[in-house]
Amino acid sequence: MDWGSILSNTAQSLLSPATMAFALAALGLAVHFGFAGLLNFGIAGFMAVGAYGYAISILTFGLPWWGAALVGLGASVVFAIIMGVPTLRLRGDYLAIVTIAAAEILRLLFLTTAFEEVTGSADGLFGYHASFRASNPFPEGTYGFGPWTYNEVEFWVLVIGLVLVALAALFVWRLMHSPWGRVIKGIREDEDAVRALGKNVFAYKMQALIIGGVIAAVGGIVYALPSAVNPNVYVTSLTFFVWTALLLGGAATVFGPLLGAVLFWVLQSFLSNLLPALVSSGLLPMVSSQQAATLRFVLVGLGLVLLVIFRPQGILGDKRELTFVK
Amino acid sequence: MSSNSSPEKVQKTTGLHVGTIEPGVKKVDAIISMDHVHRQFGGLTAVDVEHLEIPRGAITALIGPNGAGKTTLFNLLTGFDKPDTGEWTFDGRNIAGVPAFKLAQMGQVRTFQLTKALGLLTVLENMKLGAKNQKGESFLRSLFPFLWKKQDDEIAEKAMRLLTKFKLDAKKDDFAASLSGGQRKLLEMARALMSDPELVMLDEPMAGVNPALTQSLLDHILDLKKEGMTVLFVEHDMHMVSHIADWVVVLAEGRVVAEGPPTEVMKNPAVIDAYLGSHQDVDLGTVTGRIPKISE
Repeated sequence: MDWGSILSNTAQSLLSPATMAFALAALGLAVHFGFAGLLNFGIAGFMAVGAYGYAISILTFGLPWWGAALVGLGASVVFAIIMGVPTLRLRGDYLAIVTIAAAEILRLLFLTTAFEEVTGSADGLFGYHASFRASNPFPEGTYGFGPWTYNEVEFWVLVIGLVLVALAALFVWRLMHSPWGRVIKGIREDEDAVRALGKNVFAYKMQALIIGGVIAAVGGIVYALPSAVNPNVYVTSLTFFVWTALLLGGAATVFGPLLGAVLFWVLQSFLSNLLPALVSSGLLPMVSSQQAATLRFVLVGLGLVLLVIFRPQGILGDKRELTFVK
Repeated sequence: MSSNSSPEKVQKTTGLHVGTIEPGVKKVDAIISMDHVHRQFGGLTAVDVEHLEIPRGAITALIGPNGAGKTTLFNLLTGFDKPDTGEWTFDGRNIAGVPAFKLAQMGQVRTFQLTKALGLLTVLENMKLGAKNQKGESFLRSLFPFLWKKQDDEIAEKAMRLLTKFKLDAKKDDFAASLSGGQRKLLEMARALMSDPELVMLDEPMAGVNPALTQSLLDHILDLKKEGMTVLFVEHDMHMVSHIADWVVVLAEGRVVAEGPPTEVMKNPAVIDAYLGSHQDVDLGTVTGRIPKISE
């Protein structure tokens, strides 16, 4: 077994665009679920809106990359409003059903051949990188060290991604430690009580839905920055992977979603490197190398079950919360 | 208004009404006045009030047997439910159809029969949430602490004063979920007072509270009146009603069947039937027909 390459691949995933995208999406979901109590199962939809908004703006309308990113974020605001207006007045589980359906409708709209010229249908969108790469301040060359060695393009993506993650975390932390965050957390506990205290609950829930959606859309854009946009990425299982990352780290925390996303990807990447290597060196009998690749999802699922049983508040969650689970 | 001492030495406010005491009697100074309020759930008429006025600066009790429509009337008044027909005013302003949160901002604050303490917020955070007109509760301003920090500290001071009064100050950093049922009732009442309301509406403030705590809750309610607030509460405990209420409104089958000062109302046969148990086998439902209701 080549432990060197297993470990170096694992180490790389620590700072991959996918990890940063998940961190952002999980942070957006933390605003929705962890702080405001909104059961959003359509986080993949918000990421898709961001990514497609970004790619379509460049390819079809010829906007510069930062303008395209703003369009992606604007689109996620519109998506949140369309989803929130009919559902936020209802109980939480209705929002869950609508969000999961809305995300699927959106994905199928991107997938259908009817809009192929704009959305690229099943092929998705690619080749929109010129503007982003042209704005790269780093000269050609290699950056970093060890497993974290990048060329100038990868490094530019990394820097942008890290800056966005840091800004988003700071933003959410500031919000949740303000009176605004207090109202949001109050709504999570009991919205009638908050209403009786004179707060416009609907407006607050809508703001939370929009803010979390925008952060998730930033995640979608970071996901799309270095590679391509493909409708097969934004499936329901993406939503549940983001939920896994969120619950792993701690839903009602700011740094939990970031830690959860990192752990999720490091673990995924470690197992996807380790298991096939174990099979090929004969240490894992009765399992084919194809099966080994799927086995990692089984193990991740098992890990999640254990986590929910033994540490339901997540790694960074407040232990006291456990005592009073309703 | 004159005051005289009741046997329990509680200062009662009297002289609240004008003319003969009867259901729908006019008040000298009404804080809430409602007309033709009707609410139906399917085939059941939950509330059907022709005219009712709630006197200002006094403690009014809303009583009636189970299913009489007390809580429904409460929900209608506070905007948590919408009536089929009817209009009512608060402080002279028409408030029919105004959403609950706006009514609370106008100075009409309520508590709930089943306490709604915000469990995973600390006691102090619960209290701070009750304050009105907070600058930091706007999304954009919340990002800049220098805009709201000073106000937030003032709110915290006020919250601590109230918590000390309600003997919850030692619990300020605990989750509200860790409080006992009675302490949650106290917290909910204290939280409601953070908004400096004109009218405090308490839905069964004594339900599930142990006798030791009852006395202190009663004192707190009497204090509200001393501080110039109007109190309207729903209660089943007749002893408590006669002890602190200045005015009693009796509901049965959604209608006002009697109202008046507690001593008078207690003599009313309908109320005696319902609460003192002299004719426990008589369904209070028949009362609605027996006592002639005055229509204007």
